[in-house]
Amino acid sequence: MSTIEQSPAKHVGRSLRRKEDPRLITGRATFVDDISLHGMLHASIVRSPEAHARIVSIDVSAALAHPGISAVYTGEDMADLLAPLPMAWAPPDVEMKAPERWPLARGKVSHVGDAVAMVVGADKYAVVDAAQKVNVEYEPLPVVVDVEEALKDEVLVHEALGTNKTHEWSMGGGDVEQAIAEADIVIERRIVNHRTAGAAMEPRGVIAEYRAGQLTVWSSTQVPHLVRLFFAVQMGISEDKVRVIAPEVGGGFGGKLQVCAEETLCAWASKQLSRPVKWIETRSENMAVSHHGRDQVDYVRMAAKADGTITAFHAKIIQDCGAYFGLLTPMIPELGAFVMTGCYRIPNVKTDIVGVLTNKFFTDAIRGAGRPEMTHMLEVTIDQLATELGIDPLEVRRRNFIPADAFPYETPYGITYDSGNYEAALDRALEMLDMDAFRAEQAQLRSQGVLRGVGFSTYTEICGLAPSRAVGPKGFGLGIGLYESALVRVHPTGSVTVFTGASPHGQGHETGFAQIVADRLGTDPSVVEVIHGDTATGPMGLGTYGSRSLAIGGVAAAHAAEKLAQKCKEIVAFNLEAAVEDIEIGDGRFSLAGDPDQGMTLAEVAGCAYIDATAMPEGMELGLEQTLIYDPSNFVFPFGTHICVVDVDGVTGKVDVVRWIAVDDCGPAINPMLIDGQVHGGVAHGIGQALYEQIVYDERGQLITGTFMDYALPTAEEIPSIETDRTITPSPSNSLGVKGIGEAGTIAATPAVVNAVIDALRHEGISYIDMPLTPLRVWQALEEARGRGDGPRASEQGVSLPPQGEGSAGSGPTIPEGDAS
Amino acid sequence: MGTTLPLQITVNGERHESQVAPRTLLVHHLRDELGLTGTHVGCDTSNCGACTCLVDGESVKTCTVLAVQADGAEVTTIEGMAGPDGELHALQEGFWAEHGLQCGYCTPGMIMAAADLLARHGDGPISEEDVRKGIEGNLCRCTGYHNIVKAVRAAAEAGRGVAA
Repeated sequence: MSTIEQSPAKHVGRSLRRKEDPRLITGRATFVDDISLHGMLHASIVRSPEAHARIVSIDVSAALAHPGISAVYTGEDMADLLAPLPMAWAPPDVEMKAPERWPLARGKVSHVGDAVAMVVGADKYAVVDAAQKVNVEYEPLPVVVDVEEALKDEVLVHEALGTNKTHEWSMGGGDVEQAIAEADIVIERRIVNHRTAGAAMEPRGVIAEYRAGQLTVWSSTQVPHLVRLFFAVQMGISEDKVRVIAPEVGGGFGGKLQVCAEETLCAWASKQLSRPVKWIETRSENMAVSHHGRDQVDYVRMAAKADGTITAFHAKIIQDCGAYFGLLTPMIPELGAFVMTGCYRIPNVKTDIVGVLTNKFFTDAIRGAGRPEMTHMLEVTIDQLATELGIDPLEVRRRNFIPADAFPYETPYGITYDSGNYEAALDRALEMLDMDAFRAEQAQLRSQGVLRGVGFSTYTEICGLAPSRAVGPKGFGLGIGLYESALVRVHPTGSVTVFTGASPHGQGHETGFAQIVADRLGTDPSVVEVIHGDTATGPMGLGTYGSRSLAIGGVAAAHAAEKLAQKCKEIVAFNLEAAVEDIEIGDGRFSLAGDPDQGMTLAEVAGCAYIDATAMPEGMELGLEQTLIYDPSNFVFPFGTHICVVDVDGVTGKVDVVRWIAVDDCGPAINPMLIDGQVHGGVAHGIGQALYEQIVYDERGQLITGTFMDYALPTAEEIPSIETDRTITPSPSNSLGVKGIGEAGTIAATPAVVNAVIDALRHEGISYIDMPLTPLRVWQALEEARGRGDGPRASEQGVSLPPQGEGSAGSGPTIPEGDAS
Repeated sequence: MGTTLPLQITVNGERHESQVAPRTLLVHHLRDELGLTGTHVGCDTSNCGACTCLVDGESVKTCTVLAVQADGAEVTTIEGMAGPDGELHALQEGFWAEHGLQCGYCTPGMIMAAADLLARHGDGPISEEDVRKGIEGNLCRCTGYHNIVKAVRAAAEAGRGVAA
């Protein structure tokens, strides 16, 4: 563990305007689809309309005869690929039944949208026309869509595996069963965390150019280095001959943390045709075959004493993987299990996970990845516990909080929370809310027929992925460690280029990292350029996801800059004939302590290092650049309190979020404006899932929500202004004291919404409703609670909504016999 | 390519004459033929608004218009918003100052929709509610709209929100 550094912070901590913005607000940025290469061909992909079928035959002749078509490929043509698409998690001692996923289907299709053929031609309209002419004969097979049905193995998604169950995995500590047996009260709930889309505004896109033995790929990806590594494995091209570039990337949210079939397809086709090949995903494709998130059925049990002390928490998670594994599919719920105790001192905990295949597209990491699901279970169930005990939900939380003086805190399953002060964040949020005023207002509004409710979520999460020894092949079982790299290069004129292995797509690294490096080198962020997303320029990097960029990549840049600063000090000391210890950084230059008139600017130091060797200490290496790999000692654990206030229309069931308070703690701020931005977007993502968004398949595996017409992404009218504040509890895990903030809002948000809606409806006798809390679902719950449960059901309205958590609404606590008082 | 039709269109003050396939979408004509790639495509159902431009002064989702329908029209794209000397439009300045963008993919469309909104609103401050209603045809996944709303209101306050 390192100490928190007290370096001069001239630029760090300021809400500097983003360096990224001028090109983006003037239309001068370059996204993948903005690139056009000489001789470039376009690709369109023929996708299965069947959810499960054997491919009897594929006739490409009519498509090939279409004007302007260069080639049509099927799975059989690509027999020379050396490996199927990757899944990167192989935990020791876990038996994993992993289905193979190939870029084009081989023999059968397993979900709607499965790629069957690829049409390549000179005109982007013509390839779409030609794709319609590929004649595929399918022999339909039985389909299984519901995850609990699939677990019965009556219909198999992949016959060769012999089961739909891919793996089982458990984690915990203490003795849950004994604690439950001894508890005063046990809350049991079935909670459905439904399937959602990442829905970055820029769909995916790829251009591949294979030329003279060199492969260059432009991809809208969060992980260019992983894509390059995989190309080497799958196509047998030496890694030094592969360059992957993530140009401007229009949002990711985990949806571009993937090694994609289409990347392989374009690269392989480019090699066949000796022409660049471009594929740009349509939004309809994006909804069908850019990986989905969430989708698990959770059975939770929470045991407590009568005073609200939680003694055990157990979650059984049935994960709907879809038809295949993506890069990290089976690992997602496990990431949530790492924080199954949340902010609370719960001595007995266990998470049991079972992975299940269904005839749907695969799920994988979407903003929060496992942690929103776990936080939802925990925070919703705590409210249920409080209600059953007749104790204020906040009081239950406070009674169980890990106290601020207990950090570092080791959980019962051996993970060490770095730092926290949960009471402080809750107190600040309540100050902003003014609870007494709220309750008075709530009562007054109720008398006017407006059902207002407030919901809380006090969360912590695990991010800053990750200590490489802990998560790597011999630890948690990831195929690679999750360190990060930085190369800081001071140029002869004193300007600076920072190459980072992080691969941002909207987060603002070019600004934040420049602030960090500028402070350390005594220069201005305006002359620090941050380069990312190009495997040909910087060192090996792991990319941007899991709220890791600042806590790992930012720290790498800081350490590299500090090493360079030390070298600068030695050069300055040599030239001033002073001791190195007496050289300070400040006010834009390196100067002598006590005599600030004596000093050198970074440009002058760089002049020594590159131009005048006689101004360098004897034996010192010329030049001024530093490469550094930073591997963290621990994860980081941001936390906070989110408060949601809703109004529910008691007639229509429509929910409006009218107020949102977010108090987050991610340690000291590098750029407060960027933190607020991450929180705003994260909360909106969570509100989206809680109220509006849902990927729906019908019972035949047809995707019902295939466009933005059917998938309700929230607009500016649905999302309220978000009131943000922060507490500051530094992390001892890294020298900046920082924690990630990219996913916190999404992790915190959904239970706050659900708890608020239940708070508004509890007097109606409603104790729980599964997300998304659409008007239909809330109205149905109201009808049932009011004894009028004979209204039209969702299924009778031409809407194929899965049933809302059966056995959840109204399923009360079970109090062990003899213990009930 | 089959039949083509003549198209005369003025984009950002520059007159272009060409022959286009009748089914060419205006957004593809702007991007692929005129090289104005600042206008983006984010969906295929006219929901997201990433492709919004001004056509004869009104905001239009250019993925829903055939290029030939814009024959004779004056089009303004994001590339035409800054002044000839590079001075940013009040909306561009507002988005930059208020952190109204993250990935920036929706931003050009959002700015063009807001330009139309402010032109219709006229001079002077605009309420949060009116901004939210006014841009509800444009989707953003990054910002939660919070800072976009602030950016548009800041531009209105600056008094130069009227479309270029």
